Amino acid sequence: MGLLSKKDTKLILDPLTDDNPITIQVLGICSALAITAQLKPSIVMAVSVIFVMGLGNVVISLLRNLIPSKIRIIVQLIVVATLVIIVDQVLKAFAYELSKELSVFIGLIITNCIIMGRFEAFALGNGVWRSFLDGIGNALGYGIILIIVGFFRELLGSGTLFGFKVLGDPITKTGLYAIGYENNGFMVLPPMALIVVGIIIWVQRSRNTDLIEEN
Amino acid sequence: MGMKQSLHKLKLKYEGTKMAPAFNAIHTFLYLPNETTHSGGHVRAADDLKRTMNMVILSLVPCLLFGIFNAGYQYNLQTGDVTKALSFFSLEFWNMANFSVGAWKVLPLVIVSYGVGLAVEFIFAVIKGHEVEEGYLVTGMLVPLIVPIDIPLWMLTVAVIFGVVIGKEVFGGTGMNILNPALTIRAFLFFAYPTWMSGDKVWVTGAVDTVGQPDAITGETILGSLAQNNGFMDLSTMDQFLGFIPGSVGETSKLLIIVGALILILSKIGSWRIIFSTLVGALTMGLIFNGVVSAGWIDESSKFFGLMDVVFWQHLFIGSILFGAVFMATDPVTASQTNKGKWIYGFLIGFISIMIRVFNPAYPEGVFLAILLMNVFAPTIDHYVLEGNIKRRAKRLKVKTV
Repeated sequence: MGLLSKKDTKLILDPLTDDNPITIQVLGICSALAITAQLKPSIVMAVSVIFVMGLGNVVISLLRNLIPSKIRIIVQLIVVATLVIIVDQVLKAFAYELSKELSVFIGLIITNCIIMGRFEAFALGNGVWRSFLDGIGNALGYGIILIIVGFFRELLGSGTLFGFKVLGDPITKTGLYAIGYENNGFMVLPPMALIVVGIIIWVQRSRNTDLIEEN
Repeated sequence: MGMKQSLHKLKLKYEGTKMAPAFNAIHTFLYLPNETTHSGGHVRAADDLKRTMNMVILSLVPCLLFGIFNAGYQYNLQTGDVTKALSFFSLEFWNMANFSVGAWKVLPLVIVSYGVGLAVEFIFAVIKGHEVEEGYLVTGMLVPLIVPIDIPLWMLTVAVIFGVVIGKEVFGGTGMNILNPALTIRAFLFFAYPTWMSGDKVWVTGAVDTVGQPDAITGETILGSLAQNNGFMDLSTMDQFLGFIPGSVGETSKLLIIVGALILILSKIGSWRIIFSTLVGALTMGLIFNGVVSAGWIDESSKFFGLMDVVFWQHLFIGSILFGAVFMATDPVTASQTNKGKWIYGFLIGFISIMIRVFNPAYPEGVFLAILLMNVFAPTIDHYVLEGNIKRRAKRLKVKTV
């Protein structure tokens, strides 16, 4: 652990579990519901957000003493918009099909509350290295939930993983489909993504009762 | 009294153990517990939640029995084993051949519904250490009545688990749920396995298996037929009223639903306000659509013409609006609580039901969607009714003091 001190490791690991942006802070839900019908877009989305957030936090942290506080939101938007456009163009150039599938949601990374939240709450008041770690950590926390949700939704909703028919072929009736199994169409619809996220929150809270608020 | 006494004794023995909730569930199902009041009103009526639930189940039994015979009747009618029943007590309907076919299909639905649902309830009760709640007694009876006859049992199992856990237990169990659990189960089935929940293959048993064969059985409902501008499938209004039509298991016989409604209303369990206003809402929407047709705004080329042209009162005899109004909308937990709220709540259910029925392109029925929607809005309706009342009384007070 020469590279990362104990405090730095915490920056990365905390958002993965007990300070997860989706399940604890309940941010960035819209994209988590919209693009998790399949595993591949979920992963692409996760990687894109890791890129935007890691780099964005670094830029904001570098500029933090130069940004007048009255216009800081505008500056943050410009930074994140620039990065998102880079991601969007790269996807359009090298993965056009995926880019079409993700459609507007790559552009909407700009409005992802997690990113603005971390800029405001962390990068504006911390050094470059720590801001970078914080960005990566939160984006990973976001991505991991996306991938879990995407995994269950694709497996149960379409019977595939990454497009491979892992449960058999529903048309020629092989594998599980031979004994009468059918795909759950509800899984493909966004409401079920909300329920899956809800179940993840439920599991997480029942495993770690410290997370339950007193009322 | 022997059994009652020994149950009370057994209860003391189980007190405080892990299995106490499970035992108490069976005990209170059979008898009123021998607890005495310690404070407050000491004279109490014996109709606790379990007795109330049993009353609802009682009112559903005629529908279930009819559903069993009807399931067999619809099948045998198409295979030619029976001829068309002409009156309610016709032996073409009430015979062993129909009963055996129907019971073979319907009873498994009932068993799976109760078995799975109660198992989930017991597990949650034991984990949380509270009493088993009665809520599933009625839900378990409603579920088999509102699904198509041929729904695979494993799908029903998945849906029941989903409905009880997500629809009820996560909100805190019986009495805390926002949505009607039985309709949550149906909605889950509908969105998860639409091919088994809609279309023209699922409403008569055997229709799915015989597709494409020369002796194929059609499984279409009147609503499905109307939605395609094909008319009433030669089924008279009397057939619809008595229930000799294809449809979900228990919702076809309007006569027996009315009998159930009378039991509920006379025992003051179901709210007559909700039932009545739901029907008024449905008739209003039907009248509006009739007006649209007679004003000539749409003609027979429109895909909505078939359903819009149905005479407004006939909307009550086709589909499940009556069943929904009597047994689903009146669920005291999810409905509005205030009297004025009940009128609004019921009216909107009927109104929206018929609207969805006519305009939904994928599925010509909307009762369950309308009731679920209004379940969500019921607390809002109550809120504004209460606010209005408070304001009015505050005003009155002001006038008085001035």
